[in-house]
Amino acid sequence: MVEVVLFAIFALAALAGALVMVTARNPVHSAMGLLLSMFSMAVFYVMNGAHFVAAVQVLIYAGAVMTLFLFVIMLIGVDRAVDTDEQIPLQRPMVLLLGGGFVFLIFSAAWDAWITGRASGVCTVDCTGTIENISSELFGAWLLPFEATVLLLTIAAVGTVALAQFVIKPRLLESRGDEE
Amino acid sequence: MSGWETFITAAIKAVAAFGFLLTLTIILVWFERKTVADLQNRIGPNRAGPWGLLQTVADGAKLLFKESVTPRKVEFGLYIAAPVAALVPALLIFMVIPIGRPFHIGDRLIDLSGTDLNIGVLYILALSSLAVYAVVLAGWSSGSKYPLLGAVRASAQMISYEAAMGLALVPLILFTGTTSLKQIVEIQGGSFGVFPAWNVVLIPSFLIFFIAGVAETNRAPFDLVEAESEIVGGYHTEYSGFRFAMFFLAEYINIFNIAAITVTLFLGGWHGPSVDFGPLPWVLPIVWFLVKSMALVFVFVWIRATLPRMRYDQLMSFGWKRLIPVSLLWIALSTLAIGVRRMGFPWT
Repeated sequence: MVEVVLFAIFALAALAGALVMVTARNPVHSAMGLLLSMFSMAVFYVMNGAHFVAAVQVLIYAGAVMTLFLFVIMLIGVDRAVDTDEQIPLQRPMVLLLGGGFVFLIFSAAWDAWITGRASGVCTVDCTGTIENISSELFGAWLLPFEATVLLLTIAAVGTVALAQFVIKPRLLESRGDEE
Repeated sequence: MSGWETFITAAIKAVAAFGFLLTLTIILVWFERKTVADLQNRIGPNRAGPWGLLQTVADGAKLLFKESVTPRKVEFGLYIAAPVAALVPALLIFMVIPIGRPFHIGDRLIDLSGTDLNIGVLYILALSSLAVYAVVLAGWSSGSKYPLLGAVRASAQMISYEAAMGLALVPLILFTGTTSLKQIVEIQGGSFGVFPAWNVVLIPSFLIFFIAGVAETNRAPFDLVEAESEIVGGYHTEYSGFRFAMFFLAEYINIFNIAAITVTLFLGGWHGPSVDFGPLPWVLPIVWFLVKSMALVFVFVWIRATLPRMRYDQLMSFGWKRLIPVSLLWIALSTLAIGVRRMGFPWT
């Protein structure tokens, strides 16, 4: 009973957050909507016994990614409303078509298949120890994919730093005439 | 334990923790003002009550009855939400810290913490990463330039030091093999000879965590977020009355939280010498916990009274070019050491 009520509240919150994120004129409001959605997702993870995933969701998405978004929004300038002119021709019909198709796909997939297996009530097995379960899976059966992902992310991070570093040179060349 | 009993225990704990934190804040503010005054050769508050003890109560009452001025250009919804967003994570973090030895009522074991989470350490990091929203939202929604500057500073500073904070805890988790705060405290119960087996043997972790903690709470010398000599009051410039009181409360609860978490993770939590007499085995751990935490709060105040504020570029380069590389190096070294301790040298 408690689970159903909590699920209803946070499902509505997640949807409302998503709507606000898409429709808000002000980028900070959009960011807040996205934050609400992400936080509600974390609550769903907790309700499914995935405490570790929930903590990581809040820590990474709500804590780091969204803070970075806000930082960038504030640096770029917060008081300007977003330019809502549509540049792509036929944007709205295309969005409706693709969105409708996506919803149809989701429903037709959910009709006869459950991605996570059939729901078996909330947390019938021992809920504690999820971090141990995850780590033994990650460092046991999935060690190679895990390490490969780590390597990929490291390469991406190093690449970002490298790009940021090497961009300086041509700018210096251009502005040679001016005084630095 | 039936559902109702769990619910009632949790409710009692929550109310008790709330009352405890409010009382504690009153004492902390007095303690800080008195200590800073001593360190600066002043007298400090000495009018209201004995040794000025009631000064904070008077200030608090004044704030509650004061008009909450709302500037015209604020974004009202977020402006009201920001103080709440400051206070809630601060209160929630305290709920997982074990403040004393678990005890029995009848055959039921009651932990002296709100709840024991399997992911306690991550929970703390996650919630403390949410604290930045209060500052950012307050700064942005005030519709005024000084708060906005404070908010931009806060978001960059808190992300930077959060990384160091999380990295500092990696060796600790490897060392203890758990992320539950209750188990981390229990592991520290033994002793190495005459020394208690506290995790403070991981000295670099301890130092990095504490420094990052000071930065996370935006305290001097990392108080650029509310640098009153540059940007008036930073994010809370436009707040007054009860709304300001909530920010104030959150700041002091956060200071105590950082001290209490450091004690729990590195300084043995509630462990300490105990005698088996009457209720003492139950009372003494709470006393030890409070004594240790207050000692760290004193360090907070001491640092504030001693060090001048850092420049912004110094702050950033200290975070990214000193703390984070040092913690990465320390992770590598400690991982080697812990591996050898667990499994011996590779050639044996």
